Amino acid sequence: MRELHVAVTGLSATDNPAPGVAVIRSLREQPGWCGRIIGLAYDAYEPGIFDPRLVDAVYLLPYPSAGKEAVLQRLDEILQRERIDVLLPTLDSELSSFSQAAQQLAARGIRTFLPTEDQLKRRSKANLAALAKDLGLRVPESAAVTDFRSAEKAADEIGFPLMVKGLFYEAYRAANSSELFAAMQALVTRWGYPVILQEYVPGEEYNLAGLGDGKGGIVSAVCMKKVSVTDRGKGWAGVSIVNEQLTDVARAFVKALQWRGGFELEMLMSDKEELNLIEINPRFPAWIYLTTACGINLPYAYCLLASGEQPRMPQEYEPGILFVRCTTDLIARVKQIEDLLTRREIHY
Amino acid sequence: MADANRRLKTLAISDSGFIFDPSTGQTFTTNETGLDIFRMLKEEKSLKEITLFIENQYDVDEDIALRDVTQFLSQLKTYRLIDGF
Repeated sequence: MRELHVAVTGLSATDNPAPGVAVIRSLREQPGWCGRIIGLAYDAYEPGIFDPRLVDAVYLLPYPSAGKEAVLQRLDEILQRERIDVLLPTLDSELSSFSQAAQQLAARGIRTFLPTEDQLKRRSKANLAALAKDLGLRVPESAAVTDFRSAEKAADEIGFPLMVKGLFYEAYRAANSSELFAAMQALVTRWGYPVILQEYVPGEEYNLAGLGDGKGGIVSAVCMKKVSVTDRGKGWAGVSIVNEQLTDVARAFVKALQWRGGFELEMLMSDKEELNLIEINPRFPAWIYLTTACGINLPYAYCLLASGEQPRMPQEYEPGILFVRCTTDLIARVKQIEDLLTRREIHY
Repeated sequence: MADANRRLKTLAISDSGFIFDPSTGQTFTTNETGLDIFRMLKEEKSLKEITLFIENQYDVDEDIALRDVTQFLSQLKTYRLIDGF
């Protein structure tokens, strides 16, 4: 295996973890792995920064809201110190910027395999219903709202209880108008508008992580059922399952959009036995390490695609493999915080 | 989702009474009697055959056996592990 220097974002491993740590574990555990992992973080206290088993170095980036040029300028500074062969972004909020900058990144020797801007839009929460219709799937009734008045009107049409979702992150269940407004307040403060109101459909949730090859094909995919969730509804344990109906949805999605890169499908089998498409995340999920545990290392396959190679991944895997999240304390020194806050980098 | 008969065939059932559905991730536990019934369902035995087995195995009257088996199967239907019956 040739040496790969891979930059990974999303090192926040809190009770609502970003995928970066799981991606890095997958890369490090690829048999024959030979390379360097460069963490790219937005905050000095992202936990993944402090595990020298994961990262060889970490550099802080400006937030995506600073604009593409600010991020590229920072990457140019980093490239004075590092070689980056592949960039694997894991956060919704940065994907559009990196996607738009793909050519500029490539000119700097940094390869990516990301969805196009059009692909990102087609699977966005605001456009999900239209995509689901093309795929022959049901989507819970949804409305994108930009103020409280239109939220009230949409809630009357959809009916309570309903889900209140931010454009990128977070979701709350609202049983009445008071809870709706409280949820909107929280979401708008953090993520702005629009806010998505979605019909609450009782049933069983299922998740699928996959990788599209950009030509309408799927490199591979793993389905998962959460078996334990936090009080925020985040999966804290999950089990691999084998379900052709879910995998067929993934194949149809990848084919319809010619999807490039990692993705996660969130689906729900209603009590009426209708399969609903809840959300399509345009990147690997935080539980992506389970795919590696199932023998299908999707993060490594992404790196191969970005490098212009065709990955060969198993299509079959064993059901009944669980991930169980575990909280642990990492030990750091204040000198590391000093380095991050003053020099904006840390090396191991 | 996979139809219930297909689900029954793919269920992983261990001698301890632990049942895992690999297509949904659901898990169940059952006792020895339940295990016997699952085994017979997988062998596609009829309700009559299953009831007769319970009658003989536990030396109970037919109506008690039929009641208990029907109740158990009703539970399986609720969990969508079987269809019909």
